Amino acid sequence: MAKKRTVRTIHQERTPVAELDAFTRAHNFEEVNCGYTEAEAIRESERCLFCPDPKCIEGCPVSIDIPNFIQKIGERDYRGAYEVITGTNLLPAVCGRVCPQENQCEGVCTVGETLESVAIGRLERFIGDLAIQNNWINKPYIQPSRSSNGGRYRIGIVGSGPSGMACAADMAKAGCDVTVFEAFHEAGGVLRYGIPEFRLPNTVVDAEIDKLKELGVRFECNVLVGRLFTIEQMIEEMGFDAVFIGTGAGYPTMLNIPGDSLNGVLSANELLTRCNLMRAREFPNVDTPLPLGKHVVVVGAGNTAMDALRVSMRLGAEKVTCVYRRSKVECPARAEEVHHAEQEGIEFNWLTNPIEILDDGEGNVRAIRCIRMELGEPDDSGRRRPVTIPGSEFEIETDEVVYAIGTNANPIIGQTSKLKLNKWGYIATDKTLMTSIAGVFAGGDIVTGAATVIMAMGAGRKAAQGMKAFLGIRDIGPLRRDHSIFGIDAREHNFMRVRVAA
Amino acid sequence: MITSDNSAPVLTGNRPFEILRREDYSDVTYMLEVHHPQMARAAQPGQFVIVMSHSDGERIPLTIADFKREKGTITLVIQAVGKSTLEMKEMCQVGTHLYGLAGPMGIPSHVSSAKKVICVGGGLGVAPVYPQARALKEAGAYVIGILGYRTKDLIFWEDKFRAITDELIICTDDGSAGIRGFVTDGIRQALESHPDTEEVIAIGPPVMMKASAQATKPYGIKTMVSLNPIMVDGTGMCGGCRVKVGEKVKFACVDGPDFDGHEVDFDDLMIRLRRYKEEERVARERWSESCRMSTAAVGSEYATVSA
Repeated sequence: MAKKRTVRTIHQERTPVAELDAFTRAHNFEEVNCGYTEAEAIRESERCLFCPDPKCIEGCPVSIDIPNFIQKIGERDYRGAYEVITGTNLLPAVCGRVCPQENQCEGVCTVGETLESVAIGRLERFIGDLAIQNNWINKPYIQPSRSSNGGRYRIGIVGSGPSGMACAADMAKAGCDVTVFEAFHEAGGVLRYGIPEFRLPNTVVDAEIDKLKELGVRFECNVLVGRLFTIEQMIEEMGFDAVFIGTGAGYPTMLNIPGDSLNGVLSANELLTRCNLMRAREFPNVDTPLPLGKHVVVVGAGNTAMDALRVSMRLGAEKVTCVYRRSKVECPARAEEVHHAEQEGIEFNWLTNPIEILDDGEGNVRAIRCIRMELGEPDDSGRRRPVTIPGSEFEIETDEVVYAIGTNANPIIGQTSKLKLNKWGYIATDKTLMTSIAGVFAGGDIVTGAATVIMAMGAGRKAAQGMKAFLGIRDIGPLRRDHSIFGIDAREHNFMRVRVAA
Repeated sequence: MITSDNSAPVLTGNRPFEILRREDYSDVTYMLEVHHPQMARAAQPGQFVIVMSHSDGERIPLTIADFKREKGTITLVIQAVGKSTLEMKEMCQVGTHLYGLAGPMGIPSHVSSAKKVICVGGGLGVAPVYPQARALKEAGAYVIGILGYRTKDLIFWEDKFRAITDELIICTDDGSAGIRGFVTDGIRQALESHPDTEEVIAIGPPVMMKASAQATKPYGIKTMVSLNPIMVDGTGMCGGCRVKVGEKVKFACVDGPDFDGHEVDFDDLMIRLRRYKEEERVARERWSESCRMSTAAVGSEYATVSA
């Protein structure tokens, strides 16, 4: 670098990214965000200050060496940038799209203290897409693992979502024979059934799964673990040396208000699964139907709610309304998603709580009865608690109500194994993510409750680390920068080891 | 044991889910025996599967009507009523493969230690009640079978039931075989001669299960029903199959499919089953239209019909 960059010398404005215009995109499933061009990516890479103490790495749940890959983009060494990212993150094209970067790497970016932060997510996606186009794969030399009986270690992964994929990749790279089991007929988990095409095209998911297959990972669809065979059987009878459970928190919550079971009331999971996985938007060319609501009301304001709102719009609803009991400030969805939804003409009713769904006399939804709220004192989560305004009830005419108010633990593994669960039904694990059964690990939403794709991937990788330690495989995975000096962990800088040795 | 033949996991190799045997019981009812050794080992009475006949197909829940562990097959009995089941009736010939088959799903039926049990099957429900009746018989119960059909021509599995029941009552709506009347008439008749019956299991269309539960209620006999609402995934993920049981919302796919018939809100179930009536009609009409257009229609053509 010739001259040291400072906040004063870099491009002051964040490089904008091309987006489909709101009117066009609201009626198709094309991806909204077009991604950076090469020139745009290079310009944005020039905004990184290469801080000596990069906060962004700490902000990243999987500790990607962000300044390093951005530097490589600046040097036009895209393949090098890809190698840096995939050293820790398996799915740059996915994470660049769906990570809530504003709360992670970009949220702590030094540039962001004075200007708009460096668009790390967009740069990551640029590299991820380039890798897919050029068929790059970071496939290290894999030395086959040796189990006690001489063969390779066999690893079973339950669930093909982000946590399962991350764990599978790490174990495959450690030389294990990895099989991923998926209950649906297509792999990908929430990336497939949940996140809609306009945010994460299926082609991207396919490409990422193909890369896993190239690492030697096998995918077995149509397998409902727990019922077809149990976790215990995998260990005791089927010859798996270790198992990872990443089944997610898919059991949708209903509101428990009158009218819940009317036709036209459905969970966001059902709407999204029908639309994304089952391709109901092509009905009747495909067989799964999804009757069109004229006026769709979505309850909730998380990322899933945003997806449900925007999917409903694209399916052709005349009007789409969001109902949320808190205000826009407290809404858990990414700011970008809310912004996109607003651009697309979705109406938001903040501080509104549904109290009843009304019947048309034939078992269908006619309207939703709501009450206005105002913000009171902060609650346990630190957000101001919404309280009802008496007498402010009103009705919204609607023929479809979608609940996007959260999910609970999927009960199947709990029903069919002796695994210890916590009081909410999630799987209990120790620090290494090992469950109450030796050799069985769990991670992602089934341990933490609903979270993000990148958190799940982080958990999958952490479980893989625990798994390798359990099996006695030397962990040759890339270590976090500055975390080890001469192979001694940074936390041991006080010469503990030296003293022990003496 | 799952060991030896299973060291290479589950479904690798050739295309799975081959149809090994098929039998047609009437114009609309057909039986498929599908190859899936692992599922045949795991399946228990009361469980169901999700079937997809082709990549553009629906995921349809079907109760497992029988399983043969030695032969490695599961048996499905299907009634051609909607587009998918009509299409499967054409496509699913011996030697063909299902596109997807996941299961066994749901909590297995509790095989009680009751000494005297009545197993009621109405129409297509005759098939799923069979494994339960057999399990109860094997557990040493005195099993009374009551099978209801619309008419004589639709009767199937009478011989299978004769082999595993101690008494068998056949009911037909038109009186063309057995007693004339509904299964509820059979239930009343059986309860009169066997007041010591401890449990009733009723499987069939919702109206029939509702009527059966009403018929046993005065006697205070525990009555289990198996619900088959509209589902997508069958793994507790979409909530489409939610049913009201004793004022609580349950998901039939993971909390059921068996529930106490005296607690189930059948009216709610029947309304929810009508959710996609219009779409079902559209799909069916389109399907029969395309059949007329290409009278020799077979499997592979369906995908291109829309073009």
